[in-house]
Amino acid sequence: MKDSSRRTALGTIALVALASGSPIASARPVSAPSITLVAPWTRATSARAPMGAGYLVIRNAGGVADRLLSIATPVADSAQLHSMSVTNGIMRMRPIAGGVVVPAHGEARLAPGGDHIMFVGLKRPFVAGTEVPATLRFARAGTVAVRFKVERPGVDHGGMH
Amino acid sequence: MTMFRRAMAPALLLLALTGCSNGQTTGNAQTSLAQAFGGPFTMIDQNRRTVSDRTLVGAPFVIFFGFTRCPEICPTTMSRLAQLRRKLGTDADRFKVVFVSIDPEHDKPEDLKSFLSMFDVPALGLTGNAAQTAAIVKDYGVYYERMPLPGGDYTIDHSAGVYLMDRRGGFVTTLDIHEPDQVALGKLRQMIAA
Repeated sequence: MKDSSRRTALGTIALVALASGSPIASARPVSAPSITLVAPWTRATSARAPMGAGYLVIRNAGGVADRLLSIATPVADSAQLHSMSVTNGIMRMRPIAGGVVVPAHGEARLAPGGDHIMFVGLKRPFVAGTEVPATLRFARAGTVAVRFKVERPGVDHGGMH
Repeated sequence: MTMFRRAMAPALLLLALTGCSNGQTTGNAQTSLAQAFGGPFTMIDQNRRTVSDRTLVGAPFVIFFGFTRCPEICPTTMSRLAQLRRKLGTDADRFKVVFVSIDPEHDKPEDLKSFLSMFDVPALGLTGNAAQTAAIVKDYGVYYERMPLPGGDYTIDHSAGVYLMDRRGGFVTTLDIHEPDQVALGKLRQMIAA
């Protein structure tokens, strides 16, 4: 892809999550650092828009699958995981039950036209050039802080083909 | 509680159309679908001006349906149209873009104005009362249904089709969300030439 170099560049500054928290006894090895968050972004919203969508790629370098369970943010009443599908010309959006799986040695992509984070009840509009802070909670990696870069609408990161 | 509108025959035609929307539109399919979408309507735009199907006659137009609270596909579609317009160069000014609200209870002209101001696309945003909305929804065989979200908010499932109409208001074809830009650009040029 034309923006692969950009993705790589962003990857080097991506947040790396250390498997945090209490040393829970586990038969399985804790692979830390395992989760990397790449290119988190969201669109600027209009003054009257109550909702915004967040996107990023979650990479799992570990040998065990992880799962994004929830998102917390101070900028909205809630943040939810949603799927978006277009089937037979109908767009449907649904909350994702049980979170988003990040496969071992793989990635989960939250991108326009598919699974995404939905910020519901924005306390103020998202302004291009600013950042939206949030915390992602994973089943294994624990909580990971992230800042979504607010992009001007019209930038879609090649998410649609 | 939930709204439900459906014009079954056009919806099935759209289904058939999107099912084979690999860019190779056949002459036969277009002929039989030529009358499938479009028709009379009267609504108001983001500046509270009355806009009808008659107002639009004279220039080709791209029309699609959504709601201003829509955080995903509606901005994505607008962004895509902005991209396609850039690639069309001067041809971009030879057609109009029309965004029709399927959430008229919420979407007032100022909501449309605010939403459309986010994109680098000169567009008409249309809303109306329940009867006016029902009329245009029926014209285009649009499906929509309000779905509650956790926390009391809602989203609206809706037809994602982008309809290309010629300068006489006749249906040309639809854009598909997944098709490559080159295919979409070909369809837009076909609409402009029609």
